[in-house]
Order: sequence, then structure tokens, then C-alpha cells
Amino acid sequence: MEKASAGMWRKIDSRYNLVGSMCERCGTKYFPQRAICRNCGKDTKMLHRKMSGRGTVYSHSEIRVPAEAFKESAPYTVGIIELEEGPKVEGHIIDNGKKVEIGTKVKTAFRKMYTDGEEGLIHYHFKFIPE
Amino acid sequence: MAGIVGYGAYVPRMRIKVEEIARVWNEDAESIKKGLSITEKSVPSMDEDAATIAVEAARNALSHSGINPKEIGAVYVGSESHPYAVKPTATIVAQAIGAGTSLTAADLEFACKAGTAGIQMLMGMTDSSMIKYGITIGSDTSQGRPGDALEYTASAGGAALVIGKEKSECIAEILATASYTTDTPDFWRREGANFPSHGGRFTGEPGYFKHIVHASKLLFEKTGFKPSDFTYAVFHQPNGKFPKNAAKLLGFTEKQIEIGLLTPLIGNTYSGASMLGLCAVLDNAVPGERILVTSFGSGAGSDSFAIEVTEGINEKRGRAVKISTMIKDKQYIDYAQYLKNRNSITKR
Ligand SMILES: [Zn+2]
Repeated sequence: MEKASAGMWRKIDSRYNLVGSMCERCGTKYFPQRAICRNCGKDTKMLHRKMSGRGTVYSHSEIRVPAEAFKESAPYTVGIIELEEGPKVEGHIIDNGKKVEIGTKVKTAFRKMYTDGEEGLIHYHFKFIPE
Repeated sequence: MAGIVGYGAYVPRMRIKVEEIARVWNEDAESIKKGLSITEKSVPSMDEDAATIAVEAARNALSHSGINPKEIGAVYVGSESHPYAVKPTATIVAQAIGAGTSLTAADLEFACKAGTAGIQMLMGMTDSSMIKYGITIGSDTSQGRPGDALEYTASAGGAALVIGKEKSECIAEILATASYTTDTPDFWRREGANFPSHGGRFTGEPGYFKHIVHASKLLFEKTGFKPSDFTYAVFHQPNGKFPKNAAKLLGFTEKQIEIGLLTPLIGNTYSGASMLGLCAVLDNAVPGERILVTSFGSGAGSDSFAIEVTEGINEKRGRAVKISTMIKDKQYIDYAQYLKNRNSITKR
């Protein structure tokens, strides 16, 4: 399991608030963050941009045989969400009583992702939830 | 004068009915429902805790307020179920709402009234221009020992208020506040204990009622107001019955407390309770109406507030989900699922 480290702290804004990148020159948005634009290469500046968190389900699947960290919450749904800003993001999709299908509109919720055992850190993360 | 610039709340969608808990303990559901004046309570999902609830409530309050989160100078989170014993919930919230780093933050603890203590701190800080805006949140995922009477009421939820002092930005002014505080051992939880202990059913008088009544009366003395000067009153609501009796003792009608009384439908959200009641009232209040809010925290103390709704409320209406909508969006679970959600049973 991940140790508390400077690397993890730098990722907190992405995990809590979907902060990605935007190319200053062509405006293309990326998540996760990128240092180089796919269109403009290095001839531009990449700015931090918070994604709205709204998007649609691009694909989804139910996980019945979970990773150790998620064994209590199985079965659960993961999927790829196409954000309204363009990037496709992997994430957990929460069942809130609404059917999850390709094209379902989702927004983000702030939830616990996993904990490092009984005494370790609690890791918070965005998850997707049908609107 | 300090006022409310925005408000928001969050109630988890899962519910367990009194009948379902009573079935497991072989108790009479009807007499419990009547005695506590409660029908069901909210239950957090396995991936929700006091921090996630605080974040959702704070995000709703921020969208409602319309302010730039970078202008927040203080974040306070009141709870008795902070996820960490050491490591503040308030820093998680500050980061998750996109507030900056030049701010002060702290977790507050005073049983069910820590969130309203935060309102008072922010009133002083905004009035003195020490900060421009502050946000205070009351959030809990409270637990009752299985089989204890508290198990029927201890629920989860939270509410957040953005406090500022520019009248043009406020949706309501806080006209005055008064508190009443004593050392009363009516309810406690020792460090490391999973469940709270309490003095039993006779703690209502020296605890809840004494403090609610004294703080409210101090507020009347301070302001010259009487119960009929308020359109609404919200009292801390450990069950559905206590606030009705408190209203009667102080001279308020059942109609005045009706909209702000949420415990019968969602249970006692502890630090969230009186603030959630206030949010439900604000969803319905119109400019010029006055609201009395008196919280209560065991141990024990009450904070009372006289709040007057201003014109700004119309402009911001509809920016966040209504409390009544949040309460209606629910899914019932049985006692086994409830235990699993509370981490009482785990997979080997
Ligand atoms: Zn580019």
C-alpha cells in the first residue's frame, strides 16, 4: 500500500478536485496532469485546471473479485468517464439507486477510497455518481 | 454585522427504519416511534465519514454563496466523529473546497454544538475584519451502541455556513448570539472507546432542557425579542420529541418549529442537527423573517442565535440542492447491511 510521501501529497489536488492541465496555446485539457501538450509539444505552457467533474459514462464494469484494499466494498463498479472538458478518466462509480449505462450523465462525489490498515492513512478521492 | 453568505448540507441516502432495528432487538417499534417521535434515520455508506460529509456540505454552501473559495480565511469543522484522533478534518475540507493556504483551520469538539461554536468564532473574526469569509461545518457519523436506545436515533449528516459581513452579500444577518455553559456529565465518550455512554433517560432535564431554555432566554434578554417575534425556531433535536417540549417551555408553537425539525425523518445528525434544521428553514424563509436557533452539546452548553433573513436570499435561491429534496432521495437497508456499513462486520 502507498506510503505517505511527498509524491502522494502532490497528487491531492487531482484526487480531491480533479485538477488537470490545460495547454495555454491550444486550450486542450488533460487529466491526469501532463507536462507536454499532444498538439503543441514543448512550445507552450501547461496550466493547472480544475475539471468540472461532470461527464458521461464511456464504459463500465462490475468488479466482483476486488483488490485487497476494496474487499469490503465488492461488488463495486468502475468505469471510464468522458469529462465534458474532453479527457477520459478512470474511476469508481457509486450506485445511488440510478442505473449506470453507457452515456449516463455523472458528477463527482467526495468519498473514502481506501485506508492503510487499522492505523494508517485514510485516502480520500473523487468518485463518480449518476446525476 | 456578521451574516450568512451561503449555506449547504449533506445527508447520506441510506435509511434504516425504526421497525428494522426493533425487529432485531425484539422491541416494540410503535412505542419507540411514538416515544422518540422518529420513523427512520440516515446511515452513511462504507465510503462516507464525517470528513466526506463535511466536504459535500461545504461544497454545497460554497456554490450557494457564490464566493471565491480563495477568499476564505478560516475553516472550522465541528464533529464528535472526526475520522482521525490526531490529524484535522478541517485541512481535508479546506483542500477539497479549493480554499487557499493562507487560512486558519481547526477541528472543534463540543458534542452536538461544535458547529455552532464555529459560527460564533467566525462572527467575531469577520466583524473585526480579521478575515473576509469563514466557513463552519457541523458533521457527524454518530454511533449508538447496538441495543442501546441511541441506536434508533444516532445518524449521519452535516451542514455548512459561509459567514461574512458585507450586507449586500448576505442572505441573512445574525442579529445576536448568547450562550449558556456548565460542567454537566450527561453524555460522554472516552478516548479510544467506540461508543458513547450516557446518564440514561433522566439527563434531559439537567442537560438538554436547562441549557436550551437558559441560552434562549439570555438571547431574549439581549435582544428584547419574544417568541412571537420569530417566524421559525430551530432547536437541537436528539429525537423528535425534545424540541417540541423545549418549544413549549419557551412559548413557541409547533408551527414555528415544524420546518426545522428533521430528526423524525433522518435521525439525530449530532453536530449537523441544529445547522441542518436552520438550512431547511432558510430554504423556505423570505426576507424580513426571523429565525431563532438554539443548539445543544452535552457536557454541556447551548448557543442561541437570532437570525433575520435579508433580500439576498431571493437572488441565491435554487443554487444548491434543497434539504427536502436531499431527504426524499433515499434507499432503505436492513440491519445486516447497516452493520456492514458501520464496519461492525467484516469479511475475513
Ligand atoms: Zn496545445
